[in-house]
Amino acid sequence: MKQLLAIFLTAILTENYILDKFLGICPFLGVSKKRDSAIGMSIAVTIVMVISTAVTWPIYYGILVPNGLDYLETIVFILVIAVLVQFIETVLKKYIPTLYNALGVYLPLITTNCAVLGVTMLVLDKHAANPTTFGYAQALMNAFGAGIGFLVALVMFSGVRERIELNDVPKFWRGLPITLVAASITSLSFLGFSGLVTGMLGVS
Amino acid sequence: MAVKKKNSLWHEFSKGIVKENPVLRLVLGTCSALAITTTAMNAIGMGIATTFVLVCSNAIISLLRKIIPDKVRIPCYIVVIAGFVTVVQMLIEAFSPSLKTALGVYLPLIVVNCIIFGRAEMFASKNPVMPSILDGLGMGVGYTCTLLCMGIIRELFGSGTFFGMPVLSNFIPSIIILLLPPGGFFIFGLLVAIANRLSGEGKAPEEIGCAGYRGCGSCELANGCSLTAKKNDGEAKEK
Repeated sequence: MKQLLAIFLTAILTENYILDKFLGICPFLGVSKKRDSAIGMSIAVTIVMVISTAVTWPIYYGILVPNGLDYLETIVFILVIAVLVQFIETVLKKYIPTLYNALGVYLPLITTNCAVLGVTMLVLDKHAANPTTFGYAQALMNAFGAGIGFLVALVMFSGVRERIELNDVPKFWRGLPITLVAASITSLSFLGFSGLVTGMLGVS
Repeated sequence: MAVKKKNSLWHEFSKGIVKENPVLRLVLGTCSALAITTTAMNAIGMGIATTFVLVCSNAIISLLRKIIPDKVRIPCYIVVIAGFVTVVQMLIEAFSPSLKTALGVYLPLIVVNCIIFGRAEMFASKNPVMPSILDGLGMGVGYTCTLLCMGIIRELFGSGTFFGMPVLSNFIPSIIILLLPPGGFFIFGLLVAIANRLSGEGKAPEEIGCAGYRGCGSCELANGCSLTAKKNDGEAKEK
């Protein structure tokens, strides 16, 4: 339990997928302008991350590795994610129209979101490093934490961007450059969390 | 006619390097640009790998552009791109295992690099093979140059070396923050600002991303995403 909590917090704070691993920068810069769309996008990303990790892990260890096909990892994973995103979109449209209206517009963008493919591959690396302690449940927790970390970064940053809008920025720094500098400072603040989880819970 | 054709081919190649530089002007492929540019060597490795995938996938997609049905084009592109990424992964693993370790997860992530997808969708699916290859090559060179630029700056000031040779480390203390994520964001912001200044007229690329469903140019699914499709449908109906 403690270990799961540690994995969850690590994924949010010290290994934040956007601010530390640079995965999912495109939506981070694109969708963080309005808080509502930031929240909608992050929830959709979290759902897709957890479900795709839940599906790709058994495929990798159940089908690819026993047959010596692990070099097909990239192709299989991206296709699984693309299919899943389409599937989730269809299911939501059919059965939960309210949720579809809220999240539907973000779903097609997620297929090629690096963070989703990144999380499904990084949990495999983590399993390879610690085969005994890092299993399926831990991988799912890691994916969930990564999604929540995405949410935290996007929501925090949308607040920062609202402030920037009101400032008088030099001409050539307007738009993207100043946003990146703000992202740099936000990411700096997350460096302060390094070592926090290990120190607090006593597990790495 | 021949001269004109040659010029236009040259144009396809050269536009990617400066005018439509994929990273600095179109803001595509930022994830890898930020993540692996801690040394100049990594930047070159990543740049070459991406260029290879870009040229090959552009060529194949351009050849198949009349065969692939419009509705399933995105999965088709993904398969082509992922195939070449796997080839690159295996090549790098065979010839330079240290580069593979340095690039880590970002090597397979070339498959979701917005540049490749964007060029497939915006250019290769509409143009013949030769211009598509040159377009891919130009974009790849532009990408590599930008990465190299970032890599050199971050390596020179972050660890005081130039391609691994100590240069500044004997004179000034290294600015380690440049090697950490905040430094990546900052240097990238700086380069974009410089690119805006050099391209003059203050025509900064105004909107980024999908906020408010505008500026889909920086989005990896550019023309393929349902938002643009909806918008186009709406416009068509109005007409």
